[in-house]
Amino acid sequence: MKKFSYTVTDAVGIHARPAGLLVKEAKKYASKIVICKDGRTAEAGKLMAVMGLGVKCGQAVEVEITGEDEDAAYEAVRAFFEKNL
Amino acid sequence: MMQFDGKSVYKGIALGPVLVLKNHDTQVRRKKTEDAEAEIKKVEAAGQEARKQLQKLYDKALREVGESNAAIFEVHQMMLEDEDYLESIHNMIRTGMVNASYAVAVTGDNFAEMFAGMDDDYMKARAADVRDISNRLIRILEGEGDADLSSMAPSVIVADDLSPSETVQMDKEKILGFVTVHGSTNSHTTILARMMNIPALIGVPLDLEEIHTGMTAAVDGFAGTVTFEPDGELCAQIRSRMDEELEKRRLLEGLKGKENVTSDGRHIELYANIGNVGDVGYALENDAGGIGLFRSEFLYLGREDFPTEEEQFQAYRQVAQTMAGKKVIIRTLDIGADKQVDYFQLGKEENPAMGYRAIRICLSQPDIFKTQLRALLRATMYGNIAVMYPMITSVEEVNRIFAIVKEVQEELDEIGIPYRQPDQGIMIETPAAVMISDELAQLVDFFSIGTNDLTQYTLAIDRQNARLDEFYDPHHKAILRMIKMVADNAHKYGKWAGICGELGADLELTGEFVRMGIDELSVAPSMILRVRKAVREL
Repeated sequence: MKKFSYTVTDAVGIHARPAGLLVKEAKKYASKIVICKDGRTAEAGKLMAVMGLGVKCGQAVEVEITGEDEDAAYEAVRAFFEKNL
Repeated sequence: MMQFDGKSVYKGIALGPVLVLKNHDTQVRRKKTEDAEAEIKKVEAAGQEARKQLQKLYDKALREVGESNAAIFEVHQMMLEDEDYLESIHNMIRTGMVNASYAVAVTGDNFAEMFAGMDDDYMKARAADVRDISNRLIRILEGEGDADLSSMAPSVIVADDLSPSETVQMDKEKILGFVTVHGSTNSHTTILARMMNIPALIGVPLDLEEIHTGMTAAVDGFAGTVTFEPDGELCAQIRSRMDEELEKRRLLEGLKGKENVTSDGRHIELYANIGNVGDVGYALENDAGGIGLFRSEFLYLGREDFPTEEEQFQAYRQVAQTMAGKKVIIRTLDIGADKQVDYFQLGKEENPAMGYRAIRICLSQPDIFKTQLRALLRATMYGNIAVMYPMITSVEEVNRIFAIVKEVQEELDEIGIPYRQPDQGIMIETPAAVMISDELAQLVDFFSIGTNDLTQYTLAIDRQNARLDEFYDPHHKAILRMIKMVADNAHKYGKWAGICGELGADLELTGEFVRMGIDELSVAPSMILRVRKAVREL
């Protein structure tokens, strides 16, 4: 398993559109990608669950990646967060 | 005749037959099924059809209201593919042996409830999106196809609420107005109505059982009222106002897209003064080159407590995004004097016009000021925002403001929240600021002359006092000389000077302002094309 923490700097948080893009990115990989915020979790491949976390600007999330392609997924998802969120 | 009040989101007038749109979700019946897998197949087929429809809506919205407003239909497509959403529908069909439509309706309700229960206004408004996609699936499953709103007769649409897809698929030419019982100023429907320049009222306390398709409705977006079955007198009144508007528009329409330039080639910027987010559509419709004065007071007035940073940020961001790169000058809090707010606890003053107001409050209570500055700075990422400070009398005040702005910027840097450095200007509305405008010009990026207060302070005349009318001369030489002085001092240091007070829209002075070298006039949206006409005739 690989994991990283990230503090969201996008001014409106993980709102609908970036959440949608994140889902698309996550679905490219076989690994299970889970976003945790304040003890609640959502799979990155599930749009409404990700939106349901209600992550706002300035809040921190933990991202855990488990699976055979976890190294590639880690790089890609981490880059996605840094670029878009 | 039945009259109701509502919140006007777009100022316009409409008179015409009513078309009542009822919600679909009430019509779904629970039925037993013998073949769960067949129902699931139906859901899958409906999902495919729905995505096709949404692609078409996306394309239409993209053409009519632009990419950022069309994006919602892309999100709808993704929501339809959401695993949890589909799994919930499938489970319900398998375990309950119920029909597809029922499973979609219940699942849609559950997910909408989840969003409605979130503590974030943006996410709350997403409940409408979940209902929208669920209703789309149900319509397809029930063989109703897309409700065909494109072939309707010109009508005033009356509904409980309108989904974004209902709004965008209507033929613009045939919508006279919108009247809805619910709806928030944050909803996509409201934004679309503004973009499409359609008179719209939301939050109208109607009983939809009492309003029928075919009734007549008169919508007055200026007064925020809708009247059903108006009498002859009101109809005549509304018609004559519509004729006036039409006449005005015909005269001015020819000026849209034209430059604000005199016959000898001198150019002036024409921006709009606005008082809330809803006026932005109106500014754009009238071809404003930017927003020259966005009064931020509306965020503070008519409420019980201070607006949060988030609320303010959303409002500023929305205006900046809608103006799409055109300049948006936001004036920081200008409360006090004639604008009183209980929770500020300002106390009674002998002479409020000369009292504790505007920047004086902000400098004495920096917490209030910093919240606003944070929201403003965050919003700079979304458009071309400039910040303007009111009621300046000294260089020291400007330096104190800049020190606070710097503090806020450092705080944002610390937590890694991005912002751009906005242009910062000041209102010139005290005689003191005029007299030291040479020094102020070296500190700030621009001046905007607030002629209302400047006139009252210079002539020592209270404009609320009707007995002083005979002494009041808005074209007093003292004022005109001051304006000239401010413009000259700004230009000496390579800065620009505009006018955002009422005098800016005074067509008798347009020529004089251009000759003085005033760079920008910010006027009510409805005055922009008229001032343009005056400029072009110089």
